[in-house]
Order: sequence, then C-alpha cells, then structure tokens
Amino acid sequence: MKALAWHGKHDVRMDTVDDPEIVNPRDCIIKVTSTAICGSDLHLYDGYIPTMKAGDVLGHEFMGEVVEVGAKSTLKKGQRVVVPFTIACGSCFHCGKHQYSACPNGLPADNQDIARELYGHEMAALFGYSHMTGGYAGGQAEYVRVPFSDVGPIVIPDGVEDDKVLFLSDILPTGWQAAEYAQIEPGDTVAVWGCGPVGLFAVQSAFLMGAERVIAIDHFPRRLELAKRFGAETINFEDSATYDALMEMTGGIGPDAVIDAVGLEAHGLFVDNVIDQIKASTFLGTDRPHSIRQAIIACRKGGRVSMPAVYGGFVDKFPLGAFMEKGLTLKTGQTHVQHYMPALLNAIMEDKIDTEFLISHRMPLMDAPKGYKMFKDQQNEATKIVLKPGMTATA
Amino acid sequence: MTYPRDDAPPTTSKHGDATEAATESLIDPKGSSAVAQAVTINRSIAEVYAYFRDFSNLPSFMENVISIEVKDDRLSHWTVKAPAGAKVAWDARITQEEPDRLIAWTSEPGADVPNSGRIEFRDVGARGTVVTATIAYDPPGGIIGKVIAKMFQREPSIQARRDLARFKQLMETGEIATPAMNPKQFEEMGL
Repeated sequence: MKALAWHGKHDVRMDTVDDPEIVNPRDCIIKVTSTAICGSDLHLYDGYIPTMKAGDVLGHEFMGEVVEVGAKSTLKKGQRVVVPFTIACGSCFHCGKHQYSACPNGLPADNQDIARELYGHEMAALFGYSHMTGGYAGGQAEYVRVPFSDVGPIVIPDGVEDDKVLFLSDILPTGWQAAEYAQIEPGDTVAVWGCGPVGLFAVQSAFLMGAERVIAIDHFPRRLELAKRFGAETINFEDSATYDALMEMTGGIGPDAVIDAVGLEAHGLFVDNVIDQIKASTFLGTDRPHSIRQAIIACRKGGRVSMPAVYGGFVDKFPLGAFMEKGLTLKTGQTHVQHYMPALLNAIMEDKIDTEFLISHRMPLMDAPKGYKMFKDQQNEATKIVLKPGMTATA
Repeated sequence: MTYPRDDAPPTTSKHGDATEAATESLIDPKGSSAVAQAVTINRSIAEVYAYFRDFSNLPSFMENVISIEVKDDRLSHWTVKAPAGAKVAWDARITQEEPDRLIAWTSEPGADVPNSGRIEFRDVGARGTVVTATIAYDPPGGIIGKVIAKMFQREPSIQARRDLARFKQLMETGEIATPAMNPKQFEEMGL
C-alpha cells in the first residue's frame, strides 16, 4: 500500500509499504477514506519529536471502511468508522472511569519506560506519533491496523459525509473537552488563546455550554474571522494589548474561564530540551509558556483555567503565586476521545456543531508531502488539510 | 537508629538493608539484591492467581523467559535470556503457597543466577487485584554484571515492571500490545 512516511526533518514521502494484517484478536483493518494533517504532525515534520524512526507512517486523524476484523472485533466489514487517536482498551481502571487517554494497555511495555521516567506514569498509545507513544503506524495511508476495534472506532450512519465527522477523531472532542474543563456557567465570559482547530471548536463548544461571551485571541486574521463567525469577539495580539483589552472588555473582572489552546494541539511527549527548541522556533508565533502565563494573569479571581495545549516538559516562570493567590482551578490533559464521540456525533447530526467550515484544502493522499509543506508555510490560509486516498486530483 | 521508621515497602529503603528486610520472611532466601514492583489488574483475584500459578503461562508475558518446564507441583526448570545473547538456567522450588494470596520460590543449588522471591496477590475490591513481585537475586558477576545488565535493559527492576505491565495487558484485554503490522513481524519483535 501507499503511506506517508517520515524520513527526517522536512522529509516526508509516499512510500510503498506492506499492507497491515490482523495481529491481535480485537484488531480490525480499515481502508482509509479521509485523513487530516494535524498541527501536531508539524512537530514531527519539523523534527522536534524524539524516538522517530525513518519509515514511520504518520497520521492520527482518520476514518474509513472496515475491511477485515479479528475474532473479537465487534465491527463488521463494510461499516464506516471514525477512529480515536488515542488507543484505549476499555477494560482497565482508567477506561472504567472514562479516562481513556490514561489507558496503559495499548502501549507496549518496552515503550512505557520513557514516560515512566519523565512523568511518573506511562500514558496511552497514539497512532502515528513516534515510538514513545507505541510506534503504531498511522492513518495517512491506504490501510491501518486498529487495535481494540471493539472499543475505539465509532460507526458512522450511511449517507453522512466523511468531512462532517472526520474531526471526531481528535480535534472536535479536544475542543469540546477544553470547554468542558472550563466549567462554564451561564453568563460567563470565556477567553480562548489560539484559534487553531482546537481553539475554534472550543469557541463553538463554549457557546453551546452557555457562555454569554467568548473572546478569541490569535494573530492570524483568517482564523480570527472564523472565530467571529461563531459569535466570538476577537483580539489580535499583534494589534492590541491582550491583558489590557481583556480587562476593559470584562469591566475589570477578567474572564471567568480561560482556555489555552496555543500549541497546535500537539500530542507529543516532548522532553525538556525539545521544548526549548520548539520555543526557539518561529512557527508557533507565540511561545507556549507565554500563553498559559498570560491566561493565568488575565483570569478572574476564583476563575477556571483549561489547558488543552500540550506541555511536555518543564516550564519556566510559571506564575504559581498568581495561581494560588487568585484561587484558580486548572484542568488539563490529553483528550478522552472515546468518552465524547457518541454525543458529539449526535451534535453533528443535529447540526448543532459545524465541522466542515474548518477544511481549507482537500487533496489526494499521494499529495500528502505537498500538504505538509503547505500546512507549515501557509498557516493563515491552510486551516485544515484533508487527504483522500480515493481522490485523483486536488480540489 | 533502627530502621524502618515508616511503613514504606522494604525494597524502597535508602539505608542499604533493603535485601535483608525484603527477604526476611522468605523461607530459604537467596540473592544479594532485591527489587519489587506492583501492578493493579482489573480482574478477580481467583482469575489472576490461577493464570499465574500455571507456570507454563508465564513465558506468554515474561519477555526473557525462554521456557519453563514444570517438573512437578513444586519444582520447575527455568531457562532465561541473559545480556549479550547468553542464557541462564535454574531449577525453582516453591517454598510457600497460599491460594489467592501468595507464591514464594527459591532456586535450587547449582543455579546460574541464585534467586528467590514471592508474588503476592491482594484483593482491592472494585479495582481488582494488586500483584506485588519481590525478587531477590545474585547478579551474575556481582556489581559489574548488574551494570552490564542495566545497559542491556535487562535490569531486573525494569524487567519486572515490563513483565507485570504485559501480565496486566493480557489479563485485562486478552492481548499484549504491539505495533506490529502483521503476525510475522509480531513474532520477530518478541514481547
């Protein structure tokens, strides 16, 4: 089959690799019909994520048709499914609590050591995201082996377009969880740092959860325009002083809840020196500790901080004093995708959530290397690129 | 000063008396170093104990165990991978057995790596079963052997942690996690 393989910094290629087969009884194989490039894929592309090996197949946002099932899969051939980016077993202590991204059972034991040392505990395995997270081949390919297929993939009703439901795999639940973690109360003003896909879904989710006002902060005009479409007020931090603007807009009280969605919803387990490289690079536009610092300083006393943005190592100058003195609450973590999928599928079917607005480009899987370059170089215009193995020419 | 002054497990002692404290309750303890690891498995104690007690099951999740030949109810012969492609072997004898609670063993004289230890099983209600493995061993070549073993990631503490993680996966999910793309690759990669 053809698959997008990593070969080094800014070097991804369409390789011919072996088709995947059923290995474990709960596996299924899906034929990919749509797969997206995620902001966190850019961290791999830019060579910041350790434990990558040449030939690793990327992609953790994907959906497709079930073509093979293991003896214990509950899926049927021909079903269309969206696959969560986190690999979770459904039967351990954490899955029992719906903390799917804490499931240790998809991560091969030998790959658990790094996170054990770095975080004190092993984390969930992910598709297409380095060997620290399991070394699983990803979904930017014609076929994917999906473990625990009786738990993860959600079946999509016939007649519903891929583009409507694809983002159930990651960024929609991630934005929704971010808003949920902000514990929004009616009448609240919620400030969102970062209008990438996660931030934009957090904006929509916050309104659905009863926020009276949402204030979106970014520096890409196109992205702020999208936030505005959903009713958010905007702050372009290149044009206006964010803290001063927030204080004036909220009558000096500050936002009731703040969401840090900067960091392009990276899922990586970065080590400390890698974080420093990322901070030093220019593509993030704003350094990540800066957004969480600013969010904490701006948040009202007794308010809530939600942090979907990924931090992998250690952060300097974390405003712990402000955090304590103002009595803030922080909720964060990788997304428990499986927990949110059914309700969010319903919300999409009932047209409560718009997903397709995000897609700026659709192209054949074979053009994936071009897609990566475009996604990296044109962040204002390229809001989301969806790759289609079945497509022959770029639309 | 007499230790311990707390309730922490003896293998976590900072005072160099770990092995003695960890093995004092063992019958016929062997080994100058001791490690312990614990894991919580979301299955009933009866199920977890029964699977473990059938030693012929152990190579299915213990990476370095090449084979276990069960000779009788008490005695088994173990062949285990050692660093740099070497193999070590010993006969293990069960010294204590309390169903759904404890299995303790010691190696018979002539073992390549004299060892002893115990596996404890504890019912933790809705969370399932806590399995704690305490292993005392004489590292081949003493301290240098231990350093070499660590380099090859065969250090017993890490190995025990990985093996317990695989045991948990097998009991909870019925499978052992692997990124392999096909059964042949799975076999080549090993556990």
